[in-house]
Amino acid sequence: MDKYAKRKYILGAIFALIAIVFIVRLFSLQVLDSSYKKYATRNVLRPVINYPARGLIYDRNGELLVYNKAAYDLLVTPREVSPFDTTQLCSILKIEKEELVKELKKARKYSRYKPSVIVKQLSPEMYAMLQEKLYKYPGFFVQTRTLREYAHPIAAHMLGYVGEVNQSQIDKDSYYSQGDYIGITGIERAYEKELRGHKGVSYFLVDVHNRLKGAYNEGKNDSAAVLGNNLTTTIDAKLQAYCELLMQNKRGAVVAIEPTTGEILCYYSGPDYDANLLVGRERSKNYQILLNDTLKPLTNRAISAAYSPGSTFKTINALIALEEETISPQTTFVCHGPGTKPISCTHHHESPISLIGGIRESCNPYFWNTFRSIIGKYPKAEDGYNKWREYVMSFGLGQKLGTEFYGESSGNIPQSAYYDRFYGAHHWNALTVRSLAIGQGEVIVTPLQMANMVSVIANRGYYIDPHIVRSVTDPDNNVHKLEFDRKDCLVHADKFEKVIEGMQAVVDQTNTRYTAHVEGIEICGKTGTIQNSHGADHSAFIAFAPKDNPKIAIAAYVENGVWGARYAAPIASLMIEKYLTDTITAPNRKAKEKEMIEANLLNPNQKK
Amino acid sequence: MASRNNIWANLDWLTIGLYVLLVFLGWINIYAAVFNEEHSSILDMSQRYGKQLIWIIAAFALAGVLILIDSKFYVSFAFPIYIVTILMLVAVLLIGSEVKGAKSWFQIGGFAFQPAEVSKLATALALAKFTSSYNFKIERIQSIMAIGAILVIPVALIFLQNDTGSALVFAVFSLVLYREGLSGVILFLGLLIAIVFILTLILHPLITISIITVSAIVVYYFINPKFVLSLKAIGISASIFMTFWLTNTLLRLNIDTNKIILISAILASCIFCVYALRQRLSQLLLVIGVYLALVFITFSVDYVFNNILEPHQRARIEELLGIKSDPLGVGYNVNQSKIAIGSGGLYGKGFLNGTQTKFNFVPEQSTDFIFCTVGEEWGFVGTTTVILLFLGMLIRLIFLAERQRSVFSRVYGYSVACILFFHLAINVGMTIGLAPVIGIPLPFFSYGGSSLWSFTILLFVFLRLDASRTEMLSY
Ligand SMILES: [Zn+2]
Ligand SMILES: [Zn+2]
Repeated sequence: MDKYAKRKYILGAIFALIAIVFIVRLFSLQVLDSSYKKYATRNVLRPVINYPARGLIYDRNGELLVYNKAAYDLLVTPREVSPFDTTQLCSILKIEKEELVKELKKARKYSRYKPSVIVKQLSPEMYAMLQEKLYKYPGFFVQTRTLREYAHPIAAHMLGYVGEVNQSQIDKDSYYSQGDYIGITGIERAYEKELRGHKGVSYFLVDVHNRLKGAYNEGKNDSAAVLGNNLTTTIDAKLQAYCELLMQNKRGAVVAIEPTTGEILCYYSGPDYDANLLVGRERSKNYQILLNDTLKPLTNRAISAAYSPGSTFKTINALIALEEETISPQTTFVCHGPGTKPISCTHHHESPISLIGGIRESCNPYFWNTFRSIIGKYPKAEDGYNKWREYVMSFGLGQKLGTEFYGESSGNIPQSAYYDRFYGAHHWNALTVRSLAIGQGEVIVTPLQMANMVSVIANRGYYIDPHIVRSVTDPDNNVHKLEFDRKDCLVHADKFEKVIEGMQAVVDQTNTRYTAHVEGIEICGKTGTIQNSHGADHSAFIAFAPKDNPKIAIAAYVENGVWGARYAAPIASLMIEKYLTDTITAPNRKAKEKEMIEANLLNPNQKK
Repeated sequence: MASRNNIWANLDWLTIGLYVLLVFLGWINIYAAVFNEEHSSILDMSQRYGKQLIWIIAAFALAGVLILIDSKFYVSFAFPIYIVTILMLVAVLLIGSEVKGAKSWFQIGGFAFQPAEVSKLATALALAKFTSSYNFKIERIQSIMAIGAILVIPVALIFLQNDTGSALVFAVFSLVLYREGLSGVILFLGLLIAIVFILTLILHPLITISIITVSAIVVYYFINPKFVLSLKAIGISASIFMTFWLTNTLLRLNIDTNKIILISAILASCIFCVYALRQRLSQLLLVIGVYLALVFITFSVDYVFNNILEPHQRARIEELLGIKSDPLGVGYNVNQSKIAIGSGGLYGKGFLNGTQTKFNFVPEQSTDFIFCTVGEEWGFVGTTTVILLFLGMLIRLIFLAERQRSVFSRVYGYSVACILFFHLAINVGMTIGLAPVIGIPLPFFSYGGSSLWSFTILLFVFLRLDASRTEMLSY
């Protein structure tokens, strides 16, 4: 044995001493001192999501269209719940006890630790009452959300609506979590990333009595919500409202564009709905009603309807022929009126007739000859057709025009292959496809494409991609102006003047003058009557004004409007007048306005 | 050499049982500390508790392998292992990667390795080897110097890596050396220095020096109980100080009071030195020496504290001593940790029912602060059980060390016990506010493969030595 062996006791004693010191200290901390238990109860951490206010939406003149209102959701964290007076809570929330029990069970199933929504969008009265009583319901708390509110009941299709995200959207973008809102249609959808802002989170300390004890760690772990960016649209709210007034009780669509910028001034599909219906607790109920409505108010006809261009398309055939030099402004064709072959004319008029007259009289034989001259310029019909198609496409037809338009259809300008399949290769020619000469047949357009086509004519040969949003403003008030491309048409500027003169003659000299002529404004337009096998024909009208230095280009479709000059022309001309002069004064125009407002074309038994 | 069966039978299964129990308790507390619902299976490998299970299985396998290695290997290779470790410590300084400000990790693919962990084992082996050699005599200055070198080289290298926590662990080897005959006076002086350091930080230097002076006189009274001499000492000290102080005040010399104290203390000591030499009182001379050393330390504390320690180290010491309180800064961890443990009460809140160790109130809750989870969910009963399990293991290790027949095995055994003790004392001490926050893990408990493996190796090398203790007579 070595002489230091006894020191093992000293070392053992040191070990034991420290252990005893620790145990004594722990006894005082854990058993004697109750203050730590008090601290701990204040230490229940509650993360509260800071939902940013969604960006505001303005019209082109700074008029507020969409803003937010506060809404309150009641949430629960199941593991913090202790027995409470369910009857009283149910009476505050105005729900059945079974429903509350069901929701609580659902919340527990989702997560014991994470909060779930029990009741969405409490009314302000419920919220006030609940705030006072909340201390009686540990585990329950109220979270503030924002809901959309619409300043005017207009432009529902343009704005679109906001709804809760679904699972596939959550899977696709990790930003979202259950219960978040997302733009579903319209510019709410197209500009979702701009509008949504960025969520933040605050951590609060809450005691066992559900009382807020202030911010956790002085808010150092919190992140603030970043406001969404505001949008300034190109819509003219006054014009839009006027359009909706004129179009009430009618099916159809109206699109107006500022030709030089491509900015959409008015964007209407009828019948529409009040955007306020798709907000809040009633949203899903109202949505079902709108979805089942036979008038299909949720369908955005302005970008998805499949209309024929009708006679309005004659302007395009004229321009193509002029560019191809298969006709000149002086070229005349013979018309025998209603008996003319292969396409008859609607009425008798002077003959032979030149370009301006042909447009003015909407002479079908004139445009059959024009169309045949284009196709016939080439040895093979399909080469001529393909050339023609190329021209037509350069007016923005047969293609989608933008990314802002959710659900936009591209219309249809058939490829020659389509006719090859239908008739057999080389077994068709201009005569076979002659209905294209007068805008009937396979050509399908949307009202937006038609308005854009008028812009090309108004601009004498180009368009700017049509759009609804002009600029994005961030929370620091930096304005980011959006850029849009200019697209040049294959028809050169000098070819447009005679066609435009013909369009002016339509408004000034034909019967259309009774419905569309406005004293003091040089309006150039073209009517169209679209055959409809299901009822009265559709009324269409395209126009721009003033003739020189155009400010507005418009396309209007009124379903079952019988003929072009009957409804579409007066509505479009009233809108032009309103937009350019701000008021309708002449007695005959006031009368026309009244007539349009009162007209109801939704009645299935209306006369043809 | 004994047969394999013999080795397994000779293993100390009590220690192994305690080891397995502690590892298991650590694992379920890691599970509770990082529990989240989405991954509620304790076997979920994407989570820390799942990974810890892999570390545990690997540690058990490692233990098995260590038992199969011949015990003579450690004796023969003690110095080579030590030298390789020192080379690794140098290498990590040059090519290591930095984690949390400490440049102490080798990153090889997804695997991280900390040479400082191995250096405890290597140093323990080297120390055991050296103290068991024939020419080792603890009284000889050469032996002390050599031991000093064995310890200082790794400590210095680890300090350079900025890993203060691991470096401080080496202080515990002084306890091992104490068992081997190191003078108790040296330990006592170390303790004295620590006390003076703390006193100076808390109190004014004047008060500290007064306390030291009075203590010196009292100690001297016990050595040489002559009442008059003690009175003389007080009288001389006081009159020298008063003379200086009055001169300073009356002549408005504006000399710092601290300097006056220092000069007075030195002068008084000189007078007593002369007296002691004349009277041949060597004990008095020793008291004066220690006294003067402590006075110098008092004056150097401020300098060391403000110039040598890093700001975060200063802040942790200040927090511990209650000099400055910053419950949301440095003190935040300790404060939250105390709340977590304190709120556990007598019986705790129950498994997985802790609120403080979830939600990230307590930082590093699965590594350095794992003891909080024990405190919160298992209460005083749980914390006491864990401390007693550790104490049981430590006492058992002392018992095993004492029954060794070779100095090598005994020194190594004490090294294991003392290293575990130091980790336990500092880690648990810091969670309950009795030790500064030094980031060292709780053995067998804390999350992490590196620390679990190094403690496993440390322990099982000793258990292997113990199993073949009868063969070790030649050492
Ligand atoms: Zn005709
Ligand atoms: Zn910006």
